[in-house]
Amino acid sequence: MSTVDEHEKDMPSEDSGGKGPPSPDPEQKNKATAYVIFFFFVGLIASLIVGWIIFPQLLYSQKEQPINFNHALHNELVGDCASCHYFREDGTFSGVPDLWSCVDCHMDVQGEDPEEEKFVTEYVWQDREVPWLVYSKQPDCVFFSHAAHVLSGGMDCVTCHGHIGESEHSKVYEENRITGYSRDIWGRNISGFKRNSWDRMKMDDCADCHEEARDSATKDEPRAPVGRVIDNIIRVAFPGTYADNKGGSVQTQRGACFKCHK
Amino acid sequence: MKVGRRSFLSFIIGGAAGTALSPLPWKLTDDLSIWTQMWPWTPVPKDGAVSYTGSTCTLCPAGCGINVRMVDGRAVKIEGMEGHPINDGGICILGLSGLQLLYGPTRVKGPLKRVGNRGSGRWVSISWEEAIEEVAGKLTEIREQGRPEALAVFSGKRRGTVPALVSRFTTAFGSPNFVTAASTQDSYELALHRMQGVQAAAGLDLANTDFLLSFGSGILDGWGSPVRMFRTHSALKDGGGKLVQIEPRLSNTAAKADQWIAIQPGTEAALAFGLAHVIILEKRYRTQFVSQYGEGFEAFRQMVMTDYTPDKVAKITGIDPKTIVTLAREFSRSSTPLAVCGKGGGDVPGSMNEFFAVHALNALVGGINRPGGIWAVPESGDFGWPDPEMDETAARGMQQDRLDGAGAPPYVAMAALPNRFFEAVAGGKGYPLEALFVVESNPCFTEPDPETVKAAFSKIPFVVSFSSFMDETAQNADLILPNHVYLERYEDVPNPAGFNRPFVGLVQPVVDPQFNTRNVGDVMIALAQGVGDPVASAFAWDGYEACLEEAYPDQWDSLTSEGYWMAEDFDPAPWPEAFETASGKFEFVPEGLQRGYVPVEIAGEKGGFPLVLTPYDSMRISSGYVGNPPFMTKTIPAEVLKGKELLVELNPQTADQLGFSEGSRAVLATPVGTANVRVHLYDGIMPGLVAMARGLGHTAYDKYLADKGTNVNRLIGPTADPVSGLNAAWGIRAKLTRA
Repeated sequence: MSTVDEHEKDMPSEDSGGKGPPSPDPEQKNKATAYVIFFFFVGLIASLIVGWIIFPQLLYSQKEQPINFNHALHNELVGDCASCHYFREDGTFSGVPDLWSCVDCHMDVQGEDPEEEKFVTEYVWQDREVPWLVYSKQPDCVFFSHAAHVLSGGMDCVTCHGHIGESEHSKVYEENRITGYSRDIWGRNISGFKRNSWDRMKMDDCADCHEEARDSATKDEPRAPVGRVIDNIIRVAFPGTYADNKGGSVQTQRGACFKCHK
Repeated sequence: MKVGRRSFLSFIIGGAAGTALSPLPWKLTDDLSIWTQMWPWTPVPKDGAVSYTGSTCTLCPAGCGINVRMVDGRAVKIEGMEGHPINDGGICILGLSGLQLLYGPTRVKGPLKRVGNRGSGRWVSISWEEAIEEVAGKLTEIREQGRPEALAVFSGKRRGTVPALVSRFTTAFGSPNFVTAASTQDSYELALHRMQGVQAAAGLDLANTDFLLSFGSGILDGWGSPVRMFRTHSALKDGGGKLVQIEPRLSNTAAKADQWIAIQPGTEAALAFGLAHVIILEKRYRTQFVSQYGEGFEAFRQMVMTDYTPDKVAKITGIDPKTIVTLAREFSRSSTPLAVCGKGGGDVPGSMNEFFAVHALNALVGGINRPGGIWAVPESGDFGWPDPEMDETAARGMQQDRLDGAGAPPYVAMAALPNRFFEAVAGGKGYPLEALFVVESNPCFTEPDPETVKAAFSKIPFVVSFSSFMDETAQNADLILPNHVYLERYEDVPNPAGFNRPFVGLVQPVVDPQFNTRNVGDVMIALAQGVGDPVASAFAWDGYEACLEEAYPDQWDSLTSEGYWMAEDFDPAPWPEAFETASGKFEFVPEGLQRGYVPVEIAGEKGGFPLVLTPYDSMRISSGYVGNPPFMTKTIPAEVLKGKELLVELNPQTADQLGFSEGSRAVLATPVGTANVRVHLYDGIMPGLVAMARGLGHTAYDKYLADKGTNVNRLIGPTADPVSGLNAAWGIRAKLTRA
């Protein structure tokens, strides 16, 4: 659309008096501006489509779980989450159950579900662990203690994991092609917005709760300012009197980076 | 419609704006940062159930209990066992790094047979059946020639069922040449044998000692049972006790001691006599012990009173006479004083003259078999096995003299003399050897003057190494039958170094064998079957595990449940029953002490070699059979090892005279060898001495250890002690010249 003629038209006239150059055709000028605006929007809309629709589809590959697992059915039979996802004696969390936990009931095929048959014949009988795809798997540098949240903090499973215990089928595992982690970490919503506490599992989502807990802890601080001054004197005069002073630093105190990023 | 430049730019701007308004850049940034943590070379620890498996460490003679942290069946950390009588939860740097030996790259992964020249490193993998057949075939050949004595065994350990099985094999086969590596413990045993008439291990009742006088023993540098010694040191500090270190070098022990007394190296016995002089002169000794249970005290008294006055001792040792008097008073005034000797890490046996003198000092203050003193602890070793039946060939072989001269005059009391063994073989003395087994040891590195060891190897046509690692000795072998690493096998660890109660630690498999290796005990049983009767009939066990369980019938329950067995209520023999010498009393002047202080002559002339080289030991360097794992090498300071160059310590005054400055390159020459070193100026070393770390300079192992520094054993030859015949060299004359 840009032509030599146009450039000439734009050039300042050498002799400003006299006849002057022919004035630009207003219709043509309007048309050029319209083109510029039009292409701006073409670019804008195309990139928005790429960013919002095509990119998310390209980013994730779809994988089926090796066994289509029915949480609802099992939950009905065994009672609660902790029957299979239990805490070990030393307080560590077992996570996804291993084959050993399943064989109690599934040494032989019990029902008529082909998925169960597949599980028993291909895994139990061959003593092979099921390569479950874990929706909530986090990078290795993240330290997370289930015991601190569930046993000490009294949180329930649903707060972070949602109503997975009521599902009748394993949902499709969408694997991020770059990171290798599940889409559930970032959340279904590509823009990162969430409605429920279990929609995302990024650091900000941890912070949501932790900041709230911190703020309310400070707010509900029962000690009066005078009490705090006395506390500080004791801290300085007798270091180690208070547990939180022991080995604590900006890096390791409550809410600091190293608390989770070991 | 023609697309112009403006429209194109507009399109790009629109695209950029749209992209910025979409989640793409932000999501991509986040994903890429996570991707950087996913690179395949980033180690990712496996998750799983955590458990602990108890066992005993075998990396040094300390016998510490260990608890191995396991995640999903994989060993991830070695910790000290809480409540264990020896280390009570503590662990040393070597024990902590043990997993690198288990999973590290230096393991021999299965039986190997040499194909190239010896030492060329060309091997071919063979099966265990082929390996056993090959060795059994060779042994049968030797027996058929009627020369069973031509088999020799060099074992790193002397106690326990595995050395007992190997020794039994050697005996049943018909060879007297079962040789074991020696250490300070052997010298202590001989001291107890000669002065108390007992065959016992020396146990130190450290928990009740309030004054520890160390004649150069590296209490905090790996002596004896290192973790126990560290704990002793802490207890002394906490309980108001005292540690006095007598040593020419400011070692870690000297630095942490309450008092450090620098002494001319090798004159420790003279100081012990000097202290005895003061104690006797001032009547500070235990008269009851000396008069009722002491033999030869009068001769001892005359000797020290005439020849070892503080002034005379000061001339020999370089220690101020006042210091000697004060030390003697403090030592004898303490309620439970204890004097110990054996230099550095206690890996070199040492001078019997010195051991006798120091032991006499303990006797003077009544510390024999008493709380806080030194106890005679019965040695485990009788497993109730019937004597092997010997045929005519074996009996004839056993009639032959041992090549090392142990058990025969003048070394009647000795079980083995490793240094003399290699000298005899290298020098072609006695009869030639046809085969050598090397078990749990690395003599081509650890023995003084390894060149002599290699020369001995070159005279033996068939050398079998049982090493778990490709060490210097395995490299020079013809066949390697790799043992399990200690974390993969069963074994017993009786009589840990310096422990004062009968004690056995149990080594238990923590993980399954990682490679195609076998326990030496099992291999011995298989070899016996391969050689056939009468050897086979002496090995009637199904396997080593059965043999081990059978060896400890009364202790087995405790061994498997606690991880160790200890005689809790053991009390050493009271004085009236303690001494089994001819006189039935404590011998103050055994043979080897009659002439008073007799220094160990070190090699070299003062003219050609004006300096004296002394090795020193460090907790950060493993100088025994096992080389440094990478973790340990990382902790060696740059003043000891810089890159691949070793630094020797030199007093600034000596350095000044010789024209050296910090970091100067130099050639260190001794009568035995030369090495390129660098100089580190150190005020903590006596002028005229050159101190060098022991345990570096490996040529084998992996890139983390090989070719780093120099092996000090290469520069110091053995000096046979006149009484024990064991190596007593504490140093050698040396010369430093500019490189």
